[in-house]
Amino acid sequence: MIQIEDLYKSLSGKKVLKGVNLNVSKGEILVLIGMSGYGKSVLLKHIARLFKPDRGRVLIDGKDIGPLNSRDISGIRSRIGFLFQGGALFESMSVFDNVAFPLKEKLGLKKDEIRERVLQELDNVGLSGAEDKYPTQISGGMQKRAALARVLVWQPEIILFDEPTTGLDPIIGHAILQLIEELHSRKKFTAVIVTHELQRVFKIAHRAAMLHEGVIRAIGTPDEILNSEDPVVKQFISGETEGPISYR
Amino acid sequence: MELIRNLGAITLQYVSGMGLMTVFLVKTLLCALTPPFKVLNFIKQIRFIGAQSVFLIAFIGAFTGGVLALQSYYNLNKLGSVAFTGPLVTLAIVKELGPVLAAIMVTARAGSAMTAEIGIMRITNQIDAIEMMGLNPLRYLVVPALFAAVISMPLLTSIFDFLGIFGGYIVAVKILGMEAGTYLGEIPNYLDMKDILEGLYKSISFGVIVSWVSCYKGYYTGASGFGAEGVSKATTQAVVLSSAMIVIWDYFMTALISL
Repeated sequence: MIQIEDLYKSLSGKKVLKGVNLNVSKGEILVLIGMSGYGKSVLLKHIARLFKPDRGRVLIDGKDIGPLNSRDISGIRSRIGFLFQGGALFESMSVFDNVAFPLKEKLGLKKDEIRERVLQELDNVGLSGAEDKYPTQISGGMQKRAALARVLVWQPEIILFDEPTTGLDPIIGHAILQLIEELHSRKKFTAVIVTHELQRVFKIAHRAAMLHEGVIRAIGTPDEILNSEDPVVKQFISGETEGPISYR
Repeated sequence: MELIRNLGAITLQYVSGMGLMTVFLVKTLLCALTPPFKVLNFIKQIRFIGAQSVFLIAFIGAFTGGVLALQSYYNLNKLGSVAFTGPLVTLAIVKELGPVLAAIMVTARAGSAMTAEIGIMRITNQIDAIEMMGLNPLRYLVVPALFAAVISMPLLTSIFDFLGIFGGYIVAVKILGMEAGTYLGEIPNYLDMKDILEGLYKSISFGVIVSWVSCYKGYYTGASGFGAEGVSKATTQAVVLSSAMIVIWDYFMTALISL
């Protein structure tokens, strides 16, 4: 479903991606791991076409999304949901209005239908009763769930998760992952999850890939990655400070 | 050699920045000409840029008129021409000070807030989130602000003009003891409709400048720095650039109209 071919990208003169190749199948959950600042979020933004590659291609269902015009991009994006790291909720709107926004603005649904779908989605993510609250009035975990409801409400085929559990306590983080797993089993979307929460996220993933120094260093099932003999992967998994990865 | 290279780099940066700003304006105008129109966002912006600036504009207008009357009276008195205080205050305010100062006040009050708000939306991925819904963020954030500024600025300038002339009247007549008839009576002899329209045309163009620069700086906040620092830099740049462009454009417009 998603093919990334020989992708290069430089930002502020720094080469971030140096020939990334990656395939994600329909309905698969792929976890993307790697050191902070090594381009995982940049890679996600290429899949969403928020960034254009310097070289290489990103294909969705075999179609190169790089050269598409804004109308075609809009069509592709309506199939993709993006859960941003901080949630990216509109702070001037209530939780209800945030979730209703794409239905009202993009799909132009009637008020009753919007209300029904929003309340249903908020119920799915365990936020019933919080619809009138503003993002600043709810906790980080609730913000993530509200953002997830906003992504899910227009039923995208692909969902990109940028560190969905970062900044949350372990219990709420676990609850978010359980929610993603449960929603995936029901809605069968394709997911790419960028995370540092290896042990917990690996439980819900079909495959994992490690991005290191601008390329995919290792890819396989979560067990294969956890038991990898590659010294870079081993050091990253174990969290040792000594090894081939320099953190300074 | 290093100096030439640096100069070249700075020039390139400025030229590409101006190009990007022009493309931003063209995209906004294209967006403005095609439906759907975000009427609610437009009303919110009218309230923010226009209605909420009225008190500040009235206050600054009255004091500007007052100080102009004070200066004009004392200096014209030396020439024995105090009768021209009214026309001098009126023409200076209607043709120049009204549109320019009102625009600078709107830049400081509303323009800076627009930059900060859009900048925060940029760094917290809210603009990306709108794009991810297959929607055009310019339509929601920039087009309503542009229309609202273009409509609000002439109205605010009119308020500034009126209060400015009134402030001048209070100072000249009530404080300095000029005859009311002398202050007001000479004004119609020197003020034409053309002068009033000149000020209003200028204010419309300043409305475009304020909203364009403020929204542009907010929209591309990441270009000037990251996080809170980026927003703060973008806001400062928006106010400085907008104010400078208002004064420079004012010169060219005056020269053009006076031809």
